[in-house]
Amino acid sequence: MKTTKLKKQVVLKGGTILDPINETLKKGDVLIENGRMKSIGKVTPSKSADVIDCSGLIVTHGFCDIHVHFREPGREDKETLDSGSMAALAGGFTRVCVMPNTDPPLDSPESIRYTIDRGEECPIHIHPIGAITKSQDGKELTEMGAMLSEGAVAFSDDGLPVTDTGMMRNALEYATMFDVPIINHAEDLCLKKDGVMHEGKISTQLGLPASPGITESNMVHRDLELTELTGARLHVPHVSSAKSTDYIRQMKKSNNKITAEVTPHHLFFTDDDLITYNTDLKVAPPIRTQADQKALIKGVKDGTFDCIATDHAPHTIEEKEGTFDLAPFGMIGLESCFGAVNRALVKENKLNIIRLIQMLAVNPRRIMGFETDLFTNGNPAELTIFDPNKKWTFKKSDIYSRSHNSPFIGEALIGRIRATIVKGHITALV
Amino acid sequence: MLQQKHLLGLEGYPAEDIQTIIDTAFTFREVLDRPIKKVPSLQGKTIVNLFFENSTRTRISFELAQKRLSADTVNFSASTSSLKKGETFKDTAQNIEAMKIDAVVMRHPTPGAPLHLTQHINSIVINAGDGTHEHPTQAILDMTSLHEKFGYLKGLKVGIIGDISHSRVALSNIHGLKTMGAEVTLCGPSTLIPPFAEDLGVSVNYNVDEVIEWADALNVLRIQRERMGGGLLPSVREYRNLFGITTERLSMHKKEIVIMHPGPMNRGVEIDSLVADSDQAIILDQVLNGVASRMAILYLLLGGKQEQENS
Repeated sequence: MKTTKLKKQVVLKGGTILDPINETLKKGDVLIENGRMKSIGKVTPSKSADVIDCSGLIVTHGFCDIHVHFREPGREDKETLDSGSMAALAGGFTRVCVMPNTDPPLDSPESIRYTIDRGEECPIHIHPIGAITKSQDGKELTEMGAMLSEGAVAFSDDGLPVTDTGMMRNALEYATMFDVPIINHAEDLCLKKDGVMHEGKISTQLGLPASPGITESNMVHRDLELTELTGARLHVPHVSSAKSTDYIRQMKKSNNKITAEVTPHHLFFTDDDLITYNTDLKVAPPIRTQADQKALIKGVKDGTFDCIATDHAPHTIEEKEGTFDLAPFGMIGLESCFGAVNRALVKENKLNIIRLIQMLAVNPRRIMGFETDLFTNGNPAELTIFDPNKKWTFKKSDIYSRSHNSPFIGEALIGRIRATIVKGHITALV
Repeated sequence: MLQQKHLLGLEGYPAEDIQTIIDTAFTFREVLDRPIKKVPSLQGKTIVNLFFENSTRTRISFELAQKRLSADTVNFSASTSSLKKGETFKDTAQNIEAMKIDAVVMRHPTPGAPLHLTQHINSIVINAGDGTHEHPTQAILDMTSLHEKFGYLKGLKVGIIGDISHSRVALSNIHGLKTMGAEVTLCGPSTLIPPFAEDLGVSVNYNVDEVIEWADALNVLRIQRERMGGGLLPSVREYRNLFGITTERLSMHKKEIVIMHPGPMNRGVEIDSLVADSDQAIILDQVLNGVASRMAILYLLLGGKQEQENS
C-alpha cells in the first residue's frame, strides 16, 4: 500500500463510474484538480495531468463506516487513529465514526475535541461518537450539547447497552433537542449472563455458555418503542437476529427516524463456523444461525438495513490466543469488508452493486448528516476505486490494523479495493 | 491403532475405535487382577498431567494407569488465576512441551481448551475434562462398565439423570452412547437441561419414574450444592422429591436397574446411600474400569508407534 499526494490535475481514466446518488453505472473519466472534483464523463485535462488507468475498475464514492473502534486514547497497543486510518484506506473507507469506549471514554467535550484534533492529522476523516452516559456506566447523561459543538456526531455507549429503560428514555428525549442519532448496543445483560456465543445446537455441542436471539431483539424492541414515544432518532447497530430485523422492518413503516446497520461478519458467518472454538469469531452480539443470516440478507434487500458497518474491533494477539471464555468480544473488519459483502450480497444474493455502494457510502453519511453528493464539482475528492470481480483469499498480509483478530483470514472474497482518494492523497493497493 | 492422534472428545469419534478401547480395557482389567499389576508397555514415555482445575479421582486414576504401564509421569497443577494474571495458556503449553514429553493429560475449566492445546504443541493430548464440554475418558469407562455388565451397548437404554447443562460427563456419554447404538434419555430439572439437547439425538423426559421404567441403566450425575437456591433450583428437598434416586422410588418398579454414578456422590441428594451401596450399583466397578480404560487409551495412543518400530 502506497500513499502519494495528488498532482495538480489527476485523471482517473477508462473506468466505470458508479454514481450511487443518481443510480447510474457508466463508462467515463474523472478529473480531479487541486484535490477537488472538477468534471466527470468526458474530461479535458492539461498535458501535465497525472493519468491513472482505471480500465476494468469501478470508480465511486469513498466508503464511510459509522461504527469502528480505534482504541485511542488508552489502548494504543490495539489500534491508534493512525493505524486504524490505514486499515480504513485499505478497505476503501475515506471516513469513519469512532466509538467512544476508549480509556478514558469519549464522554466529555474535551475528549471529543482531542479526537477531532488528532483526526485532523490522520489521512482519513474521523468523527467521534460521544458516550451517552458518563463513564458509560448508564447512570448520568453526558454533556451532549457541548460535545456536539466540539464535533461529536452521534451518541452511544457501544460495547455496553443502556440497560436502564428510564435512562434510555431520558437519553432519547434529550437527544431530540439536537436531532442526532442515539445508537444503543442492544443486549439484555440479564439474559446474556456469561454467554459467549449464540444459544443453539452448536453451543450445546461445544459446552459453551450461550444467549438466545431474543437477548438482542427484546432490547431492540424496547428501543423502537422508546423512539416512538420520544420522537428521537434511533440507529440500531450490528443487528444479528431475525427477530430484531422483523421488529425494525415493522417500525420503520411508520417512523422515519429509525435507521439500522448490519455487519459483514453477521452476513458472512454462521454459528456453525464456531465449531473449532475460533476466538476471532467471538463477537457481541454473537454470530447466529443460518436462518438469522438469511433474515439479515432479506433485510438488506428490502431496505430494512440502511447501511453496512464493520464494528471494527481490534484486540491483541495475546488476548485472542487465550481460551474462549477469556478472549474479548470483537473482530477487525475494515480491510475485508468490501470483498466479504460484495461476495455475500452481490455475487451470492443478487443485490444490485449500486445498492451495495449506497449502503457503504451514501446512507451512512446521510445517517450522520455528512455531505452525500460527493460527485458535485468543487467538492473535495473522496473516492474509492475497486475491481468488482477480483477473486482473492484474504491473508494476514492484507491487514493494516495494528491487530490481527480477523476470522476472514483464509476466506475467499470477491471484489478488491485498488485505490482510495481522500484529503488530497491517493492510496494505491498493489 | 486409533484413527485420531488425540482424544479430545467423543463427538464424531469413530465407533470402531471406541470398541477397540473397550476391548483393550478388558485385557488390562486382567492385568489389574494380577499380584504384580504392572506391564512395561509405555516404558520410556513421559506423560504430563496438566490439571488447571482440582480433581482427585480423575488425576489418581490417570496416574495409576500411567504407572501400571511403566510410563514416567509428572503432575502439574496450575490455578487458572495465575493464567489470568500473566502467563498465557500458549506459554504454559509450550514451556511444558519444551521439556520433551510425549503426551499431556489435561483438565481445564474452559470448553475447547484441549483443542486449543493441540494448536500450540505437537504432543498427544488427552482431554481429562474441559469445563462443561466433554470428559471422554469418563464416558469410555462408563461404556466399558455397561459393556461388562450387559455384554453389549447397541440398543441399550440409558437414562442420564441430573444437571445435564453443566455436565461434561453427560455430553461425552451422549456422543459415545449414540455412536455405539445405545438409546439415551436425559432427565432432570428443565432449567438444567440445555434447550437444544434433543438436537443431539437424545430424548428428554422430566418424569424420572417414566425414565426408570424405560431404562436398563441410570447414570446419576452429581448435583452441585452451589446450584441450589439460585435461579436454577429451589432446594435440595425439591430436587430429591422430583429426581432423587431413592430406594422408595426404585422399589415401585418391578425391575432390576443398573445404577451408575461418576462421583463424587452427594449421598442423600441425587442418590440415596442405600441405593449407592446396593448390589445394583456398579459405582466401584466404574472406578476400577476407569484405571483399565485409561490404560487402554494411553496404550493405544502412545504405544502404537513404538510397537511398529520394534516389529
